[in-house]
Amino acid sequence: MCYDVAIIGAGVIGALTARELSRFALNTVLLEATNDVAMGATKANSAIVHAGFDAKPGTLKAKFNVKGCEMMPSVCKELSVPYKNNGSLVVAFSPEEMDHVRALYERGLANGVPQMSILNEEELKAMEPSLAPEACGALLAASAGIVCPYELTIAATENAVTNGVEFRRNSKVEGIDFENGVFTLHTPRGDLQAKYVINCAGVHSDDVSRMVGDDSFTIIPRRGEYFILDKAVGNMVSHTIFQCPTAMGKGILVTPTVDCNLMIGPTAEDLPKEDEDNTATTPKGLAQVKKFACKSCPAVSTRNAITSFTGVRAHPDVDDFILGPSKVNAQFIQGAGIESPGLSSAPAIAVYLAHVVAEAIGDVKANESFNGERKDVFRFRHATDEERAAAIAKNPAYGRIICRCETITEGEIIDAIRAPAGARDVDGVKRRTRAGMGRCQGGFCGSKVVEILARELGCDINDITKFGSGSNILFNKTK
Amino acid sequence: MLNYDLVVVGGGPAGMAAALKAKECGVERIIILERAETLGGILEQCIHSGFGLTYFKEELSGPEYAARFIDMVEKTDIVVKCDTMVLDIDENNLVTAVNKKDGLLKIQAKAIVLAMGCRERPRGALEIAGTRCSGIMTAGTAQKYVNLDGYMPGKKVVILGSGDIGLIMARRMTLEGAEVKVVCELMPYSGGLNRNIVQCLNDYNIPLRLSTTVVETHGKDRLEGVTIAQVDDHLQPIESTKEYIECDTLMLSVGLIPENELTKNVGIAIDRVTNGAVVDEMRQTDHKGVFACGNVLHVHDLVDFVTMESQLAGQGAADYILGNAPAEAVYVNTTTGNGVRYLVPQRVNVKNPNDVKLYFRVGKIYKGAKVVLEIDGRIISSKKRPKLAPGEMENVIISAAELAKMDENSTITVRVEE
Repeated sequence: MCYDVAIIGAGVIGALTARELSRFALNTVLLEATNDVAMGATKANSAIVHAGFDAKPGTLKAKFNVKGCEMMPSVCKELSVPYKNNGSLVVAFSPEEMDHVRALYERGLANGVPQMSILNEEELKAMEPSLAPEACGALLAASAGIVCPYELTIAATENAVTNGVEFRRNSKVEGIDFENGVFTLHTPRGDLQAKYVINCAGVHSDDVSRMVGDDSFTIIPRRGEYFILDKAVGNMVSHTIFQCPTAMGKGILVTPTVDCNLMIGPTAEDLPKEDEDNTATTPKGLAQVKKFACKSCPAVSTRNAITSFTGVRAHPDVDDFILGPSKVNAQFIQGAGIESPGLSSAPAIAVYLAHVVAEAIGDVKANESFNGERKDVFRFRHATDEERAAAIAKNPAYGRIICRCETITEGEIIDAIRAPAGARDVDGVKRRTRAGMGRCQGGFCGSKVVEILARELGCDINDITKFGSGSNILFNKTK
Repeated sequence: MLNYDLVVVGGGPAGMAAALKAKECGVERIIILERAETLGGILEQCIHSGFGLTYFKEELSGPEYAARFIDMVEKTDIVVKCDTMVLDIDENNLVTAVNKKDGLLKIQAKAIVLAMGCRERPRGALEIAGTRCSGIMTAGTAQKYVNLDGYMPGKKVVILGSGDIGLIMARRMTLEGAEVKVVCELMPYSGGLNRNIVQCLNDYNIPLRLSTTVVETHGKDRLEGVTIAQVDDHLQPIESTKEYIECDTLMLSVGLIPENELTKNVGIAIDRVTNGAVVDEMRQTDHKGVFACGNVLHVHDLVDFVTMESQLAGQGAADYILGNAPAEAVYVNTTTGNGVRYLVPQRVNVKNPNDVKLYFRVGKIYKGAKVVLEIDGRIISSKKRPKLAPGEMENVIISAAELAKMDENSTITVRVEE
């Protein structure tokens, strides 16, 4: 069988593109190198929906960011993914920085960003009392928001699969041949053929591009380190707080997350090519995050840290998104070089990529049975007592709490495993349900999740991994 | 909605002792709500011996110690619901809980005993740099895998933190054939009991490296090694002392945190040092009719002391329910003096007719220092101790006679004198 379209990479771009393509009557396959979706830059970034004032006017980043920011609330609603329109503030800590804030405002106007205003010190501090005394003004972008990037990706994949897309995990594309207008993709799980390929391979997108002879760009892995702080301090700020940007990025931010934690980070450090999958945190990076987050909000303390992590962004040497047909092969479509504001732009990029492919194929019919609404996911912690009682009456597993810190039930964990493109490892359960994401970081529920996974997947608990091959949790039986 | 005289949240040693004592005092309708599948709490996975030396005057394993109380509970009409999670307690002592069988439960209580225990501090709180591969877990999680599930979570082990669970697991993993390479302790002294250092490390030639921490983890999928380093007087790693140790497992025993999320939701005052509720000598919180005991109140070294404290809470709850509490309450706060990190109880009703024992921990190791109890500026007792250590809980007693002399302006201070 030859697929119409093969998408390489199930990050937020690949997953949303797959969902957009499922609106058409096409045979689409979504290939993922690892054991789960959202395992690259998608799972480890600032989780911000930027308003769109950062990018230079006229760039793809500017165009897709503003459009994506506008689309995000409705996409999240359809996919039943938490999104919050909390607004963002770029804070000036000196009069010189106020000049920068004004310049960003002008740039925002040029990019077509709605709902921006410049705040003076009084207005700013009334809005965010936890800011440092030096804060003297800010750019408010009311259209900005926060979203959970991996939940968005999980939901988009699930919806795409429900609408007919095939999802294949552990299918790293190791080579591509092109003959008679058809690509052959070589993966550890066998070869497959496709007429069109969309390259959404994140930090690996330059390698994938070179497989078809397109070496027009190189990805520089750029490390960003973060802390997640306890919910007890989740309301220290209500907006996403940016500092004035530098050449390396948007500086260290302080932001609430949709799950009511506080997040601080990221650093920005370019890595050698061979470190593109190196998500280790560093003593230096973590120290830097602490230092600069305190510049915005002096009360931020990593004594409240519940975890830290590193994301590797796919920074392209051409300094803009690389979107559309490759100059080398028009059937090879690039969705590459997606760094910030990539998450914000993702809904718009997905629509664009899907339409590029549909137009290239020509005369594509709509998928008559397409349903963009993801089936509502039962979340015990968000339900009312009546909804809880009704859910338990239908399925007693919703009455058994597995994760105490986040109040996650066995029923929700089973749902996450059985869902289309469902969880296959402990981290997959964690990203889908939040089991293990709380204060104790899986200390209590980890072993129960391992048990449930083994039972549901019909395997030995020795075979259960944290995040795919090699990350096994248990060895042999005891003596 | 159900009605009970006493709802006990948690069926570990604390909850069981409190419930049994309340029963013995004549409370009729008592229910224990336990989130695990069985009563016993963390004792169920503590299969080593050393429990009960003080309370039962004999040496028991954790499950044996628990079994004695489970047997006693079963002989009473105390209702037990396991696999049941308490979701909320409101200001009127209405308890909301959930389980598979009953669904949502609403229970109106006259009094409540909080006995939820504690959790282990996770890796995230420590700022250890490196990857987030598999093979990094708390010592308690590892203990559950080995002792309850029967699986080995590692073969070459480094343990960070010399808390008691870490020490116990060093021995346990060794007995199961794993190689425990080193136990690192950030502080210049161990946080565990001396007897555990002797019996779990020294007896098995496992090195304990003080003033040493893990600064980085290595490994993409499974842990492959850790970098350890000595720390300076400010607990900062010394670059020149960095050393790589190959291992597939890092176990953390770096502190226990009382699980007081429910307590905080009720609005009960929390002691910033113990991370437990502020209580009086009967372990009543500042919310009338709500008592707290065991590791949810402050982390204990020995279950025997948990039992004794919980009996006080059970007695207090019974007195409250049955109207036997002293009619008048005059509270005096206890004050920590030099060298004393915290005191439990934090306040004492001087109208209480019995002796009151004050439990405390010191902030560092003292040799040959005196523990001084001062009331209204008078030294009531001053006892020389060969050794005081942060890992060993201490106590002093205020006699009923002394209490009787006190009024609302009195002061109670405990301090260490070198």
